[in-house]
Amino acid sequence: MSSAASMQLIHTTYIVSVVLFILAIKWLSSPTTAKRGVLSGEIAAALALAATLADPEVHEYKWIVVALVVGAGVGIPLGMVKITAVPQRTALSHAFGALSASLIGIAEYYVGIPRLTHFGMGEIGLEVVIGSLTFTGSLIAAAKLQEIKFIPQRPVVYKGQNIVSLSVLAVAVLLIIALVINPEQPYLFPIMVVISLVFGVLLVTPIGGADMPTVISLLNSYAGFTAALLGFVLNSKVLVVAGALDGSSGFILSVIMCKAMNRSFTNVMFGAFGQVQTSGAAAQETRTVRSASPEEAAEILAAASKVVVVPGYGMAVAQAQHKVRELFDNLTKKGVEVTFGIHPVAGRMPGHMNVLLAEADIPYDRLKEMDDVNSELPQTDVALVIGANDVTNPAARTDPGSPIYGMPILDVDKARTVMVIKRSMNPGFAGIDNPLYYFDKTLMLFGDAKGFVGDIVRELSGNSSH
Amino acid sequence: MPSDFLSNLYVFILAGFVGFELIKRVSPLLHTPLMSLTNALDAIVVVAAIIIAGRQETKLSVILGLIAVAASFSNMVGGFFITDRMLRMFKSGKPKKS
Repeated sequence: MSSAASMQLIHTTYIVSVVLFILAIKWLSSPTTAKRGVLSGEIAAALALAATLADPEVHEYKWIVVALVVGAGVGIPLGMVKITAVPQRTALSHAFGALSASLIGIAEYYVGIPRLTHFGMGEIGLEVVIGSLTFTGSLIAAAKLQEIKFIPQRPVVYKGQNIVSLSVLAVAVLLIIALVINPEQPYLFPIMVVISLVFGVLLVTPIGGADMPTVISLLNSYAGFTAALLGFVLNSKVLVVAGALDGSSGFILSVIMCKAMNRSFTNVMFGAFGQVQTSGAAAQETRTVRSASPEEAAEILAAASKVVVVPGYGMAVAQAQHKVRELFDNLTKKGVEVTFGIHPVAGRMPGHMNVLLAEADIPYDRLKEMDDVNSELPQTDVALVIGANDVTNPAARTDPGSPIYGMPILDVDKARTVMVIKRSMNPGFAGIDNPLYYFDKTLMLFGDAKGFVGDIVRELSGNSSH
Repeated sequence: MPSDFLSNLYVFILAGFVGFELIKRVSPLLHTPLMSLTNALDAIVVVAAIIIAGRQETKLSVILGLIAVAASFSNMVGGFFITDRMLRMFKSGKPKKS
């Protein structure tokens, strides 16, 4: 085949891939068509890969095959991690994506120096800076999610932090400008890369805790836009499209996460959440709470006709989801209507709680979004909160002095009875006191989530068999 | 502005809008698989990595290209793999299974 003809074939294949990419995302919109979406994406990737390997510009295959095998060897185990570990796997894959795009940009710079235009240099500079900061930022995020010893999980803040971080970014931008003015300064380029890598660390280290779902979405969007920029550098439309899709996906998810916490982007990026402390927390210590035993809880649940379970990441930490599934089965068998209320930021990344419950075989049509559940809660007999805290805090609605005031919450306090499974009265992740626990209608079920739900299940099945 | 840049910009803007409209419609139920799938699609960067490594222009470009091939291909394989795995977990409650 002539070179021109084969190039035409390659480009045609890329166009088919782009169409399949878009269909993949379209089909992912609903659980009934989602598997078709993955298949479409896989075919698209395979076609693009085959077309590229047939490209006459590619002279050497041995090492490329080795690299592909290594990649598959790393990728397959990372695809088999536990569902609780999916957030860190995702952060790591943002890091790999950004690394890959940055390295290509760096190679393109050194190969292309003699023929680089000012404009082309600007594209490469921007691409490599964003790619590098996404690489280290994602590594830090993955380390925080994996709870690696040396990386503090809680936000790390010091005085003048924002000024330091922004100055580092400013230096990186100045270096891009210097390179645009004269691209033939190969010694400046690595400095720019190192500074961007440092900025990525500075960017993510101060963020943590409850903000991880937002951070992971933002890094997703950066990784996507890096790939799109690389498409500009290499004049490759297939990269521009894939990057734009990935980038806009991460961007939309970040917006959803920010809205779900009633916070702005700048607030997430530059104001560490863990620092906020309630002023009135001490005054509430004298208030009393009502607690209940597993037997009492089981009786109340069995007598209910409608139960809403509100799970949080605490449920997954306690590995309680399979016991929750048994509870769901037991109550459903008794004719109790059980649904699950999922807050958008429940879990450690967007949609995480849904996957965790789906893994425990809970049918997905029982998993309800916040707005749907909130309209049902006033007609609900029992709201059972398992391992969730801030997303049920009525202070978000009523107390303008609360740090989470204005955050959309699940209105569990509107149910007739609220039951909260909790280890102790210690405040949650963000250190904010929850007035829900002191209501007359609230019963505290003190204990480990897995153990307590297990005890309730035992009571329920005991009642039906004896 | 170079004409390549302009045509890429058109593509970027259009793809961004298409993405925005499609992703808005993805159920929050599937936001985790959405992220892993778009990640796998983004790993199409592997085609650029293969070209850079395969052109054999300089030693540096070959080495960087090969690392990029491995990094992005791991995303592609792992991303599709885990998305598929997660989607298998989503079962409808309608046909009552035992």
